[in-house]
Amino acid sequence: MTDITMELVKKKKGKALKKNIKNSMGEYIIEKFIFILGITSIAIIALIFLFLFRSGIQLFNDITLQEFLFGRYWFPISVNPQYGILPLVAGTLMVTLGAVFISVPLGIGSAIFIAEVAPPKTKTVLKVIIEFLSAIPSVVLGFLGIVFLSSWIRVTFHLSSGFTVLTGSILVSFMALPTIISISDDALNALPQEYHEASFALGATKWETILHVLVPAASSGIIAAVMLGVGRAIGETMTVMMVTGNAAQIPNSFLVSGRTMTATIAAEMGDTVRNGTHYHALFAVGIVLFLMTSIINFIADFALSHGKKEAR
Amino acid sequence: MNKKIEEGVVFSILSFITMIVVIPTLLIIGYILLKGIGTINWEFLTAMPRQGMRAGGIYPAIIGTLYLVIGTILFALPLGVGSGIYLTEYAKQGMLSRIIRLAILNLAGVPSVVYGLFGLGLFVLFLGFGSSILAGSLTLACLILPIVITASEEALKSVPISYREASLALGASKWQTIQNVVLPHAMPGILTGAILGIGRAAGETAPILLTVAAFFLPRLPKSLFDQVMALPYHLYIISTQVPNMPEEIKYGTALVLLGIVGLFYMIATSIRIKFKISNRA
Repeated sequence: MTDITMELVKKKKGKALKKNIKNSMGEYIIEKFIFILGITSIAIIALIFLFLFRSGIQLFNDITLQEFLFGRYWFPISVNPQYGILPLVAGTLMVTLGAVFISVPLGIGSAIFIAEVAPPKTKTVLKVIIEFLSAIPSVVLGFLGIVFLSSWIRVTFHLSSGFTVLTGSILVSFMALPTIISISDDALNALPQEYHEASFALGATKWETILHVLVPAASSGIIAAVMLGVGRAIGETMTVMMVTGNAAQIPNSFLVSGRTMTATIAAEMGDTVRNGTHYHALFAVGIVLFLMTSIINFIADFALSHGKKEAR
Repeated sequence: MNKKIEEGVVFSILSFITMIVVIPTLLIIGYILLKGIGTINWEFLTAMPRQGMRAGGIYPAIIGTLYLVIGTILFALPLGVGSGIYLTEYAKQGMLSRIIRLAILNLAGVPSVVYGLFGLGLFVLFLGFGSSILAGSLTLACLILPIVITASEEALKSVPISYREASLALGASKWQTIQNVVLPHAMPGILTGAILGIGRAAGETAPILLTVAAFFLPRLPKSLFDQVMALPYHLYIISTQVPNMPEEIKYGTALVLLGIVGLFYMIATSIRIKFKISNRA
């Protein structure tokens, strides 16, 4: 080889090396950037917690933790204001309990029908309709609750007002149903085909197979579905605010007015003085709400990952 | 024989239960369509509200929702797709990716009104954006982020490993592979997620109640820092706060809102169906 060609080869190699370094620098920067995007969810959760806490904690400059957690009266704008969260927690739990009573049997039953009984074409149509149910904005359901359901409940149960906990429960159950149905349906569909075959081979009917093999095998997924549905019901805001009447009392039946934590925050935030006691109290209610839904989500996640391990 | 009868009875009950869920859903949609369609005309869609919202149109609310939705997706799409890429292409299975997944699940379960409180605390007050399109869009973007991330992740996962291997074997770098091979194939799935997220954002009321929405503002916004009216909040106002509101305006507003949200869902569903068909072929 002559010196000139050697020189040329060297030059080429140098260029390629430079290009490589430039490329790997680019790759490095992109990788770091993607990493930052990847951890945004953690950052947002942390920020939510931080900003709820930052304002909520200041409530306890004015009242004690006991007064807040165990106070039986929520009178934020009276002359002698009281910030007891109990009636709000009771309202939320009553609405959620009613919604669970309605949506769990309906949801699991529908999921079994869709996953195991319905013919394929019906299945697709049903799935599209149920997905659409999840798309209906909560404010539209609340609106129909006002014009329709509340008067039906008032007449049926001979009440003076149709704005009751039950009205909220019925509407909220419809918001929780798509979650319960789709996750239970997924859990049933994830089961291996051998489960069906083995059970049929032993002479079991389709219903016996569903009852004794499939539902038990999918139970952790179904539990997760119910928990996520409960989380949905606790967090629902607009519908309950529009139809439960919003009396801040501890409801003694499903046929009286009640007020949830979510509705309290949404309805009262506009009237508060920034950084006043009432403002801080609503953030404190937000902390309680956030903690409740987080715990429920952890349980759901635990059930799901537990189920996956079992399936292996 | 007895078993057969039992099974028949049980399956009838199950189909009845399913009908209890499905029929009210169809009735809700049909009823709003029937009662609202008479109100929808050009004036209703493009005029300012008059006489304390009791007459005229809902133009500013439609435009407000449109701006909010555009702002939301501008923030949520890059963040969501980026997170999805990190989780499927870069993250190692371990503690960190487990925590990220838990965070996403948790974000999906945070009540919308808590997002409102968060947006009020961080964007409106702490960062000083005020009650504005910017604050509202950022809040809604956080709310739909889990939807976009989950959809992106699913879509990216469904691209076969062999595509990546072929690209890498041709000498493409990891990012070139993601950019030119993986992302284009995952696009339909990512789009579906984004559109579902938009539909969700368009229908949410509680977060915008605390961060952007104006009760009555019969003019269009001039900047990102302006307040706007928005359809869901407008429906809430006219069905609870304004006395003597004509019925047809309420139903008309409900129909426009349901129509916009429904449109996004239909687009997403048809992409999904088309995608599945092309997948099979």
